[in-house]
Amino acid sequence: MNKPLRRIAIFCGLLVLALLIRDNWLQYVKADSLREDTDNRRVLIARYATPRGDIIVDGKAITGHAETTSGDFKYKRTYKDGAMWAPVTGFVSQSYGATQLESIEDGILTGTDDRLFFRNTLDMLTGKPKEGGNVVTTLSAAAQKAAYNGLKKQGGKGAVAAIEPSTGKILALASYPSYDPSTIAGGSDSDAEAWKKLDKKNNPDDPSLNRALREVYPPGSTFKVVTAAAALENGLYKSADEKTDSPLPWTMPGTTTQLKNEGSIPCKNATLRVALQYSCNTVFGKVGSDLGNDKMLEEAKKFGFTEEQFTPVRSSAPVFSDDMNPSQTALSSIGQYNTAATPLQMAMVASAVANNGTLMKPYMVDSLQAPNVDTLEKTEPEKMSEPLSAENAQILQSMMETVVQKGTGTTAQIDGVTVGGKTGTAQHGENNSKNPYAWFISYAKVGDSAPVAVAVVVQDDNAVRENISGSGLAAPIAKSVMEAVIDSKK
Amino acid sequence: MSSSTSNTSTHHTSTIGAIGAPSRRNTELALLVFAVLIPVFAYANVGLAIDDQVPAGLLSYGLGLGLLAGVAHLVVRKFAPYADPLMLPLATLLNGLGLVAIWRLDQSKLLQQIGQAGGKATNQLIYTAMGIALFAVVLIFLKDHRTLQRYTYISMAGALVLLLLPLVPGLGAELTYGAKIWIQVGSFTIQPGEFAKIVLAVFFAGYLMVKRDALALASRRFMGLYLPRGRDLGPIIVVWMISILILVFETDLGTSLLFFGMFIIMLYVATERTSWIVFGLLMSAAGAVGVASFEPHVKTRVQAWLNPMHEYTLSRTPGATGVHSEQAMQALWAFGSGGTLGTGWGQGHSELIRFAANSDFIFATFGEELGLAGVMAILLIYGLVVERGVRTALAARDPFGKLLAIGLSGAFALQVFVVAGGVMGLIPLTGMTMPFLAYGGSSVIANWALIGILIRISDTARRPAPAPAPSPDAEMTQVVRPS
Repeated sequence: MNKPLRRIAIFCGLLVLALLIRDNWLQYVKADSLREDTDNRRVLIARYATPRGDIIVDGKAITGHAETTSGDFKYKRTYKDGAMWAPVTGFVSQSYGATQLESIEDGILTGTDDRLFFRNTLDMLTGKPKEGGNVVTTLSAAAQKAAYNGLKKQGGKGAVAAIEPSTGKILALASYPSYDPSTIAGGSDSDAEAWKKLDKKNNPDDPSLNRALREVYPPGSTFKVVTAAAALENGLYKSADEKTDSPLPWTMPGTTTQLKNEGSIPCKNATLRVALQYSCNTVFGKVGSDLGNDKMLEEAKKFGFTEEQFTPVRSSAPVFSDDMNPSQTALSSIGQYNTAATPLQMAMVASAVANNGTLMKPYMVDSLQAPNVDTLEKTEPEKMSEPLSAENAQILQSMMETVVQKGTGTTAQIDGVTVGGKTGTAQHGENNSKNPYAWFISYAKVGDSAPVAVAVVVQDDNAVRENISGSGLAAPIAKSVMEAVIDSKK
Repeated sequence: MSSSTSNTSTHHTSTIGAIGAPSRRNTELALLVFAVLIPVFAYANVGLAIDDQVPAGLLSYGLGLGLLAGVAHLVVRKFAPYADPLMLPLATLLNGLGLVAIWRLDQSKLLQQIGQAGGKATNQLIYTAMGIALFAVVLIFLKDHRTLQRYTYISMAGALVLLLLPLVPGLGAELTYGAKIWIQVGSFTIQPGEFAKIVLAVFFAGYLMVKRDALALASRRFMGLYLPRGRDLGPIIVVWMISILILVFETDLGTSLLFFGMFIIMLYVATERTSWIVFGLLMSAAGAVGVASFEPHVKTRVQAWLNPMHEYTLSRTPGATGVHSEQAMQALWAFGSGGTLGTGWGQGHSELIRFAANSDFIFATFGEELGLAGVMAILLIYGLVVERGVRTALAARDPFGKLLAIGLSGAFALQVFVVAGGVMGLIPLTGMTMPFLAYGGSSVIANWALIGILIRISDTARRPAPAPAPSPDAEMTQVVRPS
């Protein structure tokens, strides 16, 4: 009976061999793809097993972490002043993933980034638990607070973007109404409840929308700054005080429609300075129409229109159309028709003017830190474009300063500080049926340098229509943001 | 020749040797020390990984396991001095590692929440003690395995009763959804199938030893196969039918496969006819296809095997019709996440497999925490157990012993293959337990009895043959190896 016994022995050996081969297939060949499978809960367990690194503003963390009491995720994210900082941080949630900065810098924050590999390996050998690195932002806590509180006091909806013109550092990025990312950071029922409430379907206020970066609004009269820059750059008019060729009333070319001004203001053949001071639609409409679609588009693009910005959080692309007829170009040149911009874009316009014509690329991550606060990467300011010459920039500055000194933007004046600005009241809704958006873009100058440029948009559906103006609703917020930046630099 | 010699013949190294084989009891003892120490270190390791401290029960655990191993060793030393020295240490090591893994899963909050963990390691230690007790009983009271031959037909009846018990109303229990293979007596649940495995092997060995010549020789040649006569073929048909019936009524694919495979192996060894294997494979294939096509439980298992991710998704989809299981996919993730070296004891998340984590799927815990290296080691330990069993069969001098040894070790090998293959997704899942590793009293106790019988057969096989009658005028004769 020994011959079949030996064969059975071989058969049993083959069974074990089959298991060994299968095991090698699973645990060696397929191991990585199984390990990293997004449905494999271990991926998330590992993600929340160690405290996440922090997002830092002015040297202080605006995020934190807490140990969860139930479930298999150990830590969850907490936020300090979550609603105020939500447009900067985004959120990271045990149930709903991550967005914006939390998502983009996830590798650093969780400590899995390749740049931390050597350190992690060392820690593994010495038995230290894995830690996440930090993201140091360019933001100013004072400016952010002024922006958010200003919007909150105003009510309605709105956004603020503030930039340091000389570097492109983003100083404030506020959106209202907002939400506290802490409420959705965990995996409990209350987090699910909070998540449901954030859904646009359940909440028409859409608090999770980052209005400063992700929403485009018609910029209204604030766009006249771009039109004025185009006029100067293309040599249509040489100075701020040269009389323009601007009839009143002005019929848009190719149509029988007259372009109207708000109220009876001195716009006939007004200089660019006066036209900006009173916000003459006729003057800037005709400038745009005279320059034509191509030249206007070219100048708008230099300011950043039609392009998304990666700050590194992506912003929506502002719109300035091509292929428009002269009357459409005229409407677009006063910020109507198709023209649309994010608050960040309009802050970039103001900052380019304030920075003597040079537009710096906006960014909000100053540096990335390893857990031991060694700097892994530092963002260097980067020039993006030169929308206008230094000379023309100074002309435009003097025009914008006139607006604040004695024009539509007097509410933004700050004692002892030179402020330049432009108001806007953008029509909104079909046939202008809804309450308009109130805009204000501005910069403040201390001596020769401009520490801050800011754009504010407010949409107040409950305000009395006649009371809505950039000067009334938006400029005070811009003023408080500029003051906060100047005060914090003292 | 004295029985205490250990170096009468140094040139004999295989267990086949009939005369002068060393008893190797000290080897067994030395190996047992390792078999106890490795799980003790593993136990400390789990405690350090989970609670940052050496577990409080380390001493009692180590002493408990050591004591059980020591008792087993002493019983072997006294009652089976020539037994194979590897089997006891291998079984002890597997049992000890199983205890550690069960204790490790006891610590899982997730499993505690669904009432599947906590105190199971203590129970398993008690079951292990009962298993070792049965092991001792087998060695003490079964002086010669050939005694079992007398109980051939009683064994058959006993096996059938054991197998059918779960179908008795009021006695059978459906513990988890799936197979109906448990009976419940008071608060105890027993899986009679595990014991039926041994009893059935006794019946097969007894029956085949008597019928082997009839089965092997009285056959007609038909299309290149030797077909047996109807009256000899009868029992195999009956056993085949029964295993299919078990499958249908108890939805227990694993047990029916195991019994059928065991029978085919023993039949083949008894008759030395390859045609039996062809025959058996054809019948089992027909049976499996037939059952898989109309039995919904088996169908689900096959689907989960072919497309585990699909089943996982369906199990997570509210309102999906039918019974779906995420276990197959969870087990694959556990293995994959373990990788080559594993996460280390206590640092995996195989509790995500949920309720079957400490029974059917405990192998996945080893896969995740010990990695490819650990799983291969465990598979090789199982392979060694089987190999020692087959060697025992080769060495046994009587056909009954040969058949019983190969039946038991073949069944052991099949069970390991079916469970490990199922958990690793090599074959469809069948819901049997991993011998010695998995949580469950019936399994541990029955497998200790199985090892006991194998040790008894190996002791008989390696026991020095009675000295030949002295013939003073004869020259020294050459020792001839028995075939």
